[in-house]
Amino acid sequence: MEKKQEILDKEQMKRALTRIAHEILEKNKDENLLCLVGIKYRGMYLANRLAKEIKTITGKDPQLGALDITLYRDDLTQVAEQPVVHATEIDFDINGKIVILVDDVLFTGRTVRCAIDELIDFGRPKNIQLAVLVDRGHRELPIRPDFVGKNVPTALSEKVDVLVKEADGEDRVYKIES
Amino acid sequence: MEKIKKTNIIWDKKDLLGLEELSAGEIELILKTAISFKEISERSIKKVPALRGKTIAHLFLEPSTRTRISFELAAKRLSADTIGISGSGSSILKGETMRDTAQNIEAMKVDMIILRHSASGSAHILAKNLKAGVINAGDGCHEHPTQALLDMFTIKEKLGAIKGKKVSIIGDIKHSRVARSNIIGLCKLGAEVTVCAPKTLMPIEIEKMGCKRTYSLEEAMRSADVINVLRLQKERQKKGLLPTIREYIEEYGVTLQKVEKFCKKNIVIMHPGPINRGIEMSQDVADSDKAVILEQVTNGIAIRMAVMFLLSQYKQK
Repeated sequence: MEKKQEILDKEQMKRALTRIAHEILEKNKDENLLCLVGIKYRGMYLANRLAKEIKTITGKDPQLGALDITLYRDDLTQVAEQPVVHATEIDFDINGKIVILVDDVLFTGRTVRCAIDELIDFGRPKNIQLAVLVDRGHRELPIRPDFVGKNVPTALSEKVDVLVKEADGEDRVYKIES
Repeated sequence: MEKIKKTNIIWDKKDLLGLEELSAGEIELILKTAISFKEISERSIKKVPALRGKTIAHLFLEPSTRTRISFELAAKRLSADTIGISGSGSSILKGETMRDTAQNIEAMKVDMIILRHSASGSAHILAKNLKAGVINAGDGCHEHPTQALLDMFTIKEKLGAIKGKKVSIIGDIKHSRVARSNIIGLCKLGAEVTVCAPKTLMPIEIEKMGCKRTYSLEEAMRSADVINVLRLQKERQKKGLLPTIREYIEEYGVTLQKVEKFCKKNIVIMHPGPINRGIEMSQDVADSDKAVILEQVTNGIAIRMAVMFLLSQYKQK
């Protein structure tokens, strides 16, 4: 039996993103250096929204990019399902920039490792920070987020599902027990 | 920004031998995957770790610059290790057969072999006898699948689609593996293909491949969205199929004057290279802004990266 438990609803999700936007600006005084890079796909949508939130505060659009990490996975030869490669879109110079990596769920940290590796192939940012909507624990690598929407303690057997309007028709976060 | 797209097509082939063996869905999967790989060659660090630890052998037993370099660069940009073997300077000169050479290479634990050979069907023989993946980089007068794929990729990039587009392939259709692969691939994706050649260079029953034939260059140029001009293979003209090269230039050489007179304004002009300037295509056409010849070369790397990546994902059942 699958049991679904709601963790965030639409309103709470919006508030979490607004807060993260404020925290990003609080930590990084020079907003001109700021750029957001989402990890495809849901991280990309969340990065778009964070960019809008930041614009309402500063009046300026931060630069926006998206990463597809498929080619950097360390389990390419082991995964059961066939990975689908999508395009990475970073059409600005990241040298000397503050890059905020954005993803929906932080779990083992392996996706973030891939994203950092790929990002560094584009140049040498001043620093890279990590923003996630949900941190569910169980890290397998020494990686920690700088900005978190919500910490959710989970068992390894559980799943966290982030739904976004752009892809799934609604904004909601579930924890699923199977 | 783009939406999440679900693809149901799974790549389940060890080799890429020709477009004849592929379904329309598989061809589209390669074209779609190549879009993602194109961007990698634009980066300052042109390398992704996807094929790290894999070894790819390039067995080129027929002359080639473009294709060989393109395959090697594609493999290197995926972080694979590559070795290049040519006919001269290898034991093939001592009389070792291609199959023996390839099996020896495989015994050194090579994961993929790229083969260019002058005999039609050679890639098939290799694929049957090896566990390593085989990519056909041109076999005799049979197929040259990655060239056709990069041509289709370029058409799609320029015109937005392949379905319903009119493509004329002009030149030595009889000896051209590029023409064969293009006809097969384009027809599978729903393009209208016309082939144009002098009678002696036109294969019999070519219509069975799903294309139209014409002997008139004007007719081939008139309604086309794309013309793909083939190289006149001078090395294959000793059989006396053409009276003189000059007559060929007269009748079938694509000149700017003919392009302006017969073609649509936004015609896309392609050539698989190497060009015989002044024979099948005049200088001013090759250098005009309608020609996308160098873009084809750029796209070739993305296509070959995509094919190597997909083949590396093949799982033995």
